[in-house]
Amino acid sequence: MKTTHRLWTGACALAIASASPALADRLNIYTWTGYIDQAVIDKFEAETGISVIIDAYDSNEMLLARLQGGATGYDIVMPSQHFVEIMIREGLLQTVPITELPNYANVAEEWRNPSWDPEQAYSAPWHYGSASFSYRADLYSGAGESLEEFFNPAPELQGRLQVLAAPDEVVNLASLYLGIPYCTEDPEDARRILELLEAQKPAVLLYSSDAMNDRLSTAEVIMAAHWGGYSFQGRINGNEHITYAYPREGVVGWFDSMVVPTGAQNVDAALAFMDFMMDPENIAIQTNYVGYANAITGSEAFFSEEVLNAPEANHPADVPLVFAEACSADAQRLIDRVWTQLMQ
Amino acid sequence: MSAGLTETPAGRWLALGPALLVIGVFMLVPLGIMVTISFMEPNVYGGVHRQFSPSAYVQFLYQRDFDDNLVFNPGYLYILGRSLGLAGLATLICFVAGFPVAWYIVRRPPHQRNVLIFLVTIPFWTNLLIRAYAWIIILGRDGVIDTPLRWLGVMGPEASNGILYTNWAILIGLVYTYLPLMILPIYASLERLDFRLFEAASDLYSNKWASMRHVVIPLALPGIFAGVILVFVPALGDFISAQLLGGSRRLMLGNLVQLQFSTARNWPFGAAVAVILLLFVVASMAAYLRLNRKTGLELSK
Repeated sequence: MKTTHRLWTGACALAIASASPALADRLNIYTWTGYIDQAVIDKFEAETGISVIIDAYDSNEMLLARLQGGATGYDIVMPSQHFVEIMIREGLLQTVPITELPNYANVAEEWRNPSWDPEQAYSAPWHYGSASFSYRADLYSGAGESLEEFFNPAPELQGRLQVLAAPDEVVNLASLYLGIPYCTEDPEDARRILELLEAQKPAVLLYSSDAMNDRLSTAEVIMAAHWGGYSFQGRINGNEHITYAYPREGVVGWFDSMVVPTGAQNVDAALAFMDFMMDPENIAIQTNYVGYANAITGSEAFFSEEVLNAPEANHPADVPLVFAEACSADAQRLIDRVWTQLMQ
Repeated sequence: MSAGLTETPAGRWLALGPALLVIGVFMLVPLGIMVTISFMEPNVYGGVHRQFSPSAYVQFLYQRDFDDNLVFNPGYLYILGRSLGLAGLATLICFVAGFPVAWYIVRRPPHQRNVLIFLVTIPFWTNLLIRAYAWIIILGRDGVIDTPLRWLGVMGPEASNGILYTNWAILIGLVYTYLPLMILPIYASLERLDFRLFEAASDLYSNKWASMRHVVIPLALPGIFAGVILVFVPALGDFISAQLLGGSRRLMLGNLVQLQFSTARNWPFGAAVAVILLLFVVASMAAYLRLNRKTGLELSK
C-alpha cells in the first residue's frame, strides 16, 4: 500500500517534471524517505537557482527495480555501497568527474576511492552509519555489549523484541554474531544461521523494519534491531532511555552515495549538488538533521551540541564496522531459503 | 441512434469495443506478462533473462540439497496451506456472522433497511491501512482486549505475547475487512425473497429452524456463494493483515509474492506464486459457477 502510494507520488512528480521543457536549472532527486533536510534544499536552491524535486523510496531493492525499469528522469539517486556496485555492473550509472569538483578536497582520506567505486568515477559520499540493536536502558538490565543479548534474549525480553523484516539485514547481523562472512555460499553456514534465528523467534514480538522508536518509547518492545541515526532521532524526540548498542562482534555498516543514473537529463545540476553537499557546512546541516555521520572533514565544526555528544553518531574504534556486500545468486538463494524456512 | 448502433452485429461489436479494450489492456495483457515472467530465468539482481525455464514452478515444490539433488520441500506448501486455512476460516466466520445480520436487516421496514445497509458500508470510507493501525491499538499490549484477558488470567500475565502478532490477529483483521462483502450480496438475495414462502412453511407446521434451512437458505444460495467468493478470494491474497497484525511472523502467499519481488529479487518465482494463487481463485470461481447453475436448475424445476 505504502509503496504504491510512493510510486504514485513519484509518477505524478515525474509527470510534472517532464511536462515542462528539460531545463538545466532543474534537479530530480530520488532518495530514502525522510532523508533530506528541507533547509539544505532551500539553501541550494537559493545559491544556485536550480529548483529541486525530491521523490522517496524505502529500500535499495525498490530503487534498483525502478532504475532497471528504464529511464526514470532522476538526476541523483542515493544507493548504499553494495547497490552502487550492482548498479555499476548492470550499467545503470554514468561516470561523472567527481574528483575534479572543488569540494572533493574536503572528502576524508579514508573515504576516498572506496572499494565499491575504486576510481571514484561514479559516486560522491553522502552519509554513513551502522545497524545493530537498541534497547531501553531503564527496562533492560544488560549493557548491549554483545550480539548474544539480541540473538539469545534474556527472560525479561521474551515477547518484547523487534527484529527487522529485511532478510539480508537480519542474516548479516546473524553472520557477524556467528563469525560467518557475509553472503556465504556454504549451505552449512546457512543452516547455522537458520538455527540461530529459529531459537530467537519465540522471543520475537514482531518482524518489522519501521516504527521501532514508537515501540521502544511506549515499551511495547524493550529491544529492537535498529539503525544508529534513526535510534538517535528516537532518543532525542521519543524516549531518552533508547540506547544504541555497539556489540563487540561488530555492527553492519552502510555507506550511501550520490550517483547519477544513465540517461539523466540534468548532469550539470547533479554535479552542482554533489559539490554543494561536499561542503562541510552544508553536509553538517544534514548530519544535524538525520543524525548520520558524513565523510567530509571539517564538518564537525558545524555540528550541533546534540550530534557532537551523540553516541549513535560516534562509532567506537574498537567495534568492527563491517559493510554489507552485494551477494551472488547462490548466496542470495540461501538467504531466501533461510527466511522462507524461518517464516513457513 | 444508440438503439440503431446495437442492432447490427458489427454495431454491437463497435459498442462493446471500449469495454473489450479496457479488459484486454488492463487485465489480459498484465496477466500474460505475469505468466510469461513466471516461465523465465531470474536475473541475479532482479529482472529476468529471456529464456524459457520451468524452474520457478519446480522451486515451489523442490529445493536443491547440498549435493545438488532435487529434494521435496514442503515449506511453500505450508504457506499455501496457511493462506487457504486462514482465508477459509475467515470466510466461514464471515458467513456465520454475516447471514444473521443480512436477515435482520431484510426484516426491518424499508426506510430502516437503507440506513442499516448504509451503516454496514461505513468502514469502507476509511483507508484500509488506518483501519489496520486501529486494530493494532485495540489488540495490542495494554489495549482494551489485552488488559481484561490478562486480568481474568485467560492469557498468562507476562509470559505470553497477547493476541496481536498472532494468527488470531490476522484472522480478526480478515473477518473485519471482508465482513461487509459477505453481508451485502446475501442481503441482496434475501431482499428479493418472497416471504410468503416462509409464512407458508410456518403454516405447514415447520419450525423456524426448518423453514430457515429448507426455504430461506436454498433461495439465498446465489447471494451466499457470491459472498463466499467475494470474501475468500481477496482474503487468500491479503498481505496487509499478515504484515501489520501478524507482525510478519509467518508468511502468507501475498507476503511471499511481495518478498520475491523485493528483497529476494526472484521475479519468476514471485510470478509463479501469483499464478498458483490465481489458479486457486479460478478454481473457486469455477466451483461457484457450477453450484450456482446447479441450484438455478433445481429452483427452476
